[in-house]
Amino acid sequence: MIVEAIILSVIAASTPLLIAAAGELIVERSGVLNLGVEGMMIMGAACGFAGAYFSGSTIAGALCGIAAGTAMAFVFAALTLGLAVNQVATGLALTILGVGLSGLIGAAYVGQGITPAPHLYIPLLTDLPLIGRILFGQDAFVYVSAALIGGIWWFLYRTRAGLILRAVGDNHASAHALGYPVLRIRLCAVLFGGACAGLAGAYLPLAYTPFFIPGMTAGRGWIALALVVFSSWRPIRLVGGAYLFGAVSILQLHAQALGLGIPSQLMSSLPYLATVIVLVLISRTRATAGSAAPASLGMVFVPDR
Amino acid sequence: MKKLLTIAAAAGLALAATTLGASAADKLKVGFIYLGPIGDYGWSYQHEAARQSMMKALGDKVESTYLENVNEGPDAERAIEQLVRAGNKLVFTTSFGFMDATVKVAKRHPNVLFEHATGFKRAANLSTYSGRFYEGRYIQGVIAAKMSKTGVLGYVGSFPIPEVVSGINATILGAQSVNPNIKVKIIWANTWFDPGKEADAAKALADQGCDVLMQHTDSPAAMQIAEQRHIFAFGQDSDMIKFGPHAQLTSIVDNWAPYYIERAKAAIDGTWKSQDVWGGLKSNLVVMAPYTNMPADVKALAEKTEAAIKDGSLHPFKCPVIAQDGSTVPCKGGTHLDDGQILSMNFYVKGIDEKFPGK
Repeated sequence: MIVEAIILSVIAASTPLLIAAAGELIVERSGVLNLGVEGMMIMGAACGFAGAYFSGSTIAGALCGIAAGTAMAFVFAALTLGLAVNQVATGLALTILGVGLSGLIGAAYVGQGITPAPHLYIPLLTDLPLIGRILFGQDAFVYVSAALIGGIWWFLYRTRAGLILRAVGDNHASAHALGYPVLRIRLCAVLFGGACAGLAGAYLPLAYTPFFIPGMTAGRGWIALALVVFSSWRPIRLVGGAYLFGAVSILQLHAQALGLGIPSQLMSSLPYLATVIVLVLISRTRATAGSAAPASLGMVFVPDR
Repeated sequence: MKKLLTIAAAAGLALAATTLGASAADKLKVGFIYLGPIGDYGWSYQHEAARQSMMKALGDKVESTYLENVNEGPDAERAIEQLVRAGNKLVFTTSFGFMDATVKVAKRHPNVLFEHATGFKRAANLSTYSGRFYEGRYIQGVIAAKMSKTGVLGYVGSFPIPEVVSGINATILGAQSVNPNIKVKIIWANTWFDPGKEADAAKALADQGCDVLMQHTDSPAAMQIAEQRHIFAFGQDSDMIKFGPHAQLTSIVDNWAPYYIERAKAAIDGTWKSQDVWGGLKSNLVVMAPYTNMPADVKALAEKTEAAIKDGSLHPFKCPVIAQDGSTVPCKGGTHLDDGQILSMNFYVKGIDEKFPGK
């Protein structure tokens, strides 16, 4: 079934983007711009692979990935929240650090193999035609990504804590005046973002292509960052963005294999084009495009007392 | 992003090299520029392996540094320039896309020797070298046609440059020598290195009925997909049997070490001259990984083909070569296409249904 095969590939391609972007969405909602997603992801990939290689378990690998991403995020938090360093510069530095450090850590594992993450199998359900493998035959990462989005939506819009997080992101001075611990809230958000980026990175060597190679994230962290803007900081729209990007990436490959004769360079740019076009279309309908960004995004906050 | 990395790396290297320079003035300093990470287990990995062999062979006569992850484009020029300023007297630039950057830097520094892989622009201090990978591809085509049940091969290409195109053509010509009706599906990844994308491309090909995969990108992702899908694949640049113990039929292995040793020696002795070296199976620059996962008769045929290419009795582009549009390609090399035609190949041979990119 070619349709089923395509959908399975789309899900695999979209999942790491979605997980990383979901984490960054929370970070940015708290008013912090962490451009180091790529660096945290690649560290998650290296450490995730190392963990799985030694333990033989995907879960241990994923946990190592999460830990690595969180540790990287902690460095970022210490600098930008603790020392009030510029967030853009720190984020970029974090990416450079991550790419380099992961190469060093991962060097020992190049050429090693591990067992890829197991896929769910429920007798009868997984065997259902067409939807069986799509709904009931994925690896755990896919289900985690779904739970993550649901959880984030519920947290942001249905809990008091979510409301406070949004308040901190929109106006940190007011939130501070109301007595909320702005920096502590932001620290939690940044660490959560790092954990997500680490998990997303770990997905690559644990499930997507079960081996580690330096630089294997190949820019996916940057795509995740762009998707957060695309989603206008809303979790449900983020799913649409990630899957749109994943779908066009996979479909262009299939179109090429069918030999439709469309220039491959154009095809390769389609995911980006499609994302930009949809972004333009959805922001056109908004009275004030761009105002969706958390108002305090990227601004340094130093409590005055 | 990579830009920043490269600049940072180049700057750091320049610093390190200037501090080291004084103590080792009598050693030949050799610089290398790699396109990918040295751990890509493919193209850059093989160049790095050769650099290490060179270091081992020449011992304390040489000193070497490398820059990895250098983007093709304006960054390359800066990176090469940095290597020169750091005192390297022999610089290997190891990707086609570094060509113009290498030419520019070579012009500015007539006293530094340059070696550019897979290009065609030369100067008094700029040599070019490459491997006749198409010879290996022809053998792979023969094997693929024997092993394919669906009669459809899958090819993951990087960019439609002559080196890749001649590889596709050689594969098909080899395959046609076994099965004239063989078909090939080609996906251009438009990247040399993105394991995820390479895997996606391989999946798409497998989903569309290809049962032998080959790739001209740099990571073992496609091999791994073949292993998962229980189909066959060929490795690229290095022996990838680890990633596809049941899938790999063979692999074209780039064996740069003898060349690097020879050229570094020549630079030390002062006998270095600008040249264009294009080594193949015969000169051992291109080596075939063991023929695995195939019946004895296919293996025998592959070995026979390899021997024939080595002794010159078989040329992958023997005339007549019929282009996709049905016209006969001019036979400039007597009995086969000449090197210039192969190095600038910009057409598909007959039997490939896909449109040639850009035509």
